[in-house]
Amino acid sequence: MTATAANSAALAAKPQTLWSTAWRQFRRNRLAAACLWIIVIYVGIWLYAESVYWTAYLRDVVPSYKVTDFDARNAAPSLRHWLGTDFTGRDNVAQLIQGVRIAFEIAILSSAILIPLGFLLGALAGYFGRWVDNAIIWLYSVVDSVPSILSIISISYVVGRGMKGIVIGMGLVAWVGLCRLIRGEYLKHKQRAYVAAARALGAGHLTVMLRHIAPNVLHIVIITFTLLFPRFILTEVILSYLGVGIANEPSWGVMINDAKQRLWLGVWWELGGATAAMFFLVLALNIVGDALRDALDPKLKTAEGSAT
Amino acid sequence: MTAYIIRRLLTVIPITLGVLLLVFFIYRVIGGDPAARLAGKNATPQKIEQIRKQYGFDKPKFFNWQEAAKTGSPAAAFDSQFWHLVGQFAQLDFGKSLQSNQRISRMLADGVVPSLCVTTPIFLVELSVAIALALICAFYRGTRIDRTFVVVSIVAMSISGLVYIMMGQYFFAFRLRWFPVWGFESPAFLLLPVAIGVIAGIGGSLRFYRTIMLDEMYQDYVRTAFAKGCSQREVLFKHVLKNAAIPILTNVVVAIPFLYTGSLMLESFFGIPGLGRMTVDAIYTGDEPVLFAMVFIGSVIFVIANLVTDLLYTWADPRIRLQ
Repeated sequence: MTATAANSAALAAKPQTLWSTAWRQFRRNRLAAACLWIIVIYVGIWLYAESVYWTAYLRDVVPSYKVTDFDARNAAPSLRHWLGTDFTGRDNVAQLIQGVRIAFEIAILSSAILIPLGFLLGALAGYFGRWVDNAIIWLYSVVDSVPSILSIISISYVVGRGMKGIVIGMGLVAWVGLCRLIRGEYLKHKQRAYVAAARALGAGHLTVMLRHIAPNVLHIVIITFTLLFPRFILTEVILSYLGVGIANEPSWGVMINDAKQRLWLGVWWELGGATAAMFFLVLALNIVGDALRDALDPKLKTAEGSAT
Repeated sequence: MTAYIIRRLLTVIPITLGVLLLVFFIYRVIGGDPAARLAGKNATPQKIEQIRKQYGFDKPKFFNWQEAAKTGSPAAAFDSQFWHLVGQFAQLDFGKSLQSNQRISRMLADGVVPSLCVTTPIFLVELSVAIALALICAFYRGTRIDRTFVVVSIVAMSISGLVYIMMGQYFFAFRLRWFPVWGFESPAFLLLPVAIGVIAGIGGSLRFYRTIMLDEMYQDYVRTAFAKGCSQREVLFKHVLKNAAIPILTNVVVAIPFLYTGSLMLESFFGIPGLGRMTVDAIYTGDEPVLFAMVFIGSVIFVIANLVTDLLYTWADPRIRLQ
């Protein structure tokens, strides 16, 4: 998104492009602009959390968020621990910050699987049509027929508990929506004059597909990523609850599940903190995603609905 | 028309086979050696070998060419893990649970009713409330009321379903004692899970139905109706609601399979002995045959629901003549 901003600034002097008009449209939505700032803050926290993790990793010491203090178990919020501590006395704020890192890592790694997969399959299906299209439609209808939460659970379960299972599970399931949208766009663009012109000038199919059409549909990738991000976060919570989530690292889902038993003892800060940390990011991403779609492609029909 | 229906019916076969292939791929290929997983962490090689024999994991995955070449009959090529599974599932025989040694088909039959007791009321209440609110949004489109509803629904969507359940159970059942905390004995036990289910889901569905209604509001026929002098109310209920019936129908029918799979978390939090809880337990205990069957059945019902939607389309909208 910051790339979008830089782009549009550079292009402002030039005639209107998709990105510059979209950016102007986007900025008019005050709520979305404010939410963009929230996301920027979260990105800052994420980078900080990465630095904490990697310095501890490289120095081979126990990272600060894993330091236990058995005298201060389930401590209430205080000046020392702003959001109290958990059942082994680890500081909740430090854990929440690491939760930001886990959330971003899950979203980015899953997207690294699903975006190339969905884009390429969608492009192939839309561009070549006929049997390629039929085969890819069959493939995504099949994947789409399995209720997504069940297939994600299944994959994470067989791969085993941890980041790898979650990322592979979500990546191999969530590409369907993107694939559909990209396929539709390629069907449209295939008919355009510029494609015929490129072909007439001797461009090969792959060149037309990836060099000429792809830049015109790239905005869909950005919209999809922004709208999928909150769903990754919410799904991670469910997976953690089912015992196939993150292991040994403090993700928001793990924290909410750990808080499950202690809520009944009146320990609300762990649950409250994790819920709030998650809420602001998910809310900001939802609003920015909607605004991005409205600004970039108002007619796009993305799948809407909750993750559960 | 008949030709279309027959052709549409035939598409179910490759999709169902594909689903089976996908589930097979997940459980037998991606996850490594299934026998080692079933045997657990501390199993001896003999034990793993025994499980491999018992479940037929020692056979080839897709086609048994060796056996076919040896015996000379092409049918022997199908003596493989995948085709064995196809045969089993075609007869709705899912084997036995590893934990309780019950027949899985029996467990499925037992779990359906409790699941439906929870999910059907959630579904119906959520649907009617969401459509009513969406109509209000369409009526007051572009005003503060509409915007408030949109923001509230996005806020509601941004909270994890798990938090709704935990907070609801803690406050209303444990602290205030308005509802029973856990169990499945009388209708009173269903009130809280249903209420939580509706509240957790209403944000998403309100937003969905509002989009549908507003899409219709900007169609030409709405402008024509207004130009003729129809009142807001007439346009909304007579024109828009009827035309919105098609996307609503899609959403409704597609949601039906999820009634069957039940709400995974609601059921296990409130101790309702349905399919959702069965699935959660199967994940906890590593009861793979149960998981396998649940995923497959859930998908098959989804395929059937999709088929029904497509057939209903032709009935609901005479303009639709699909190829």
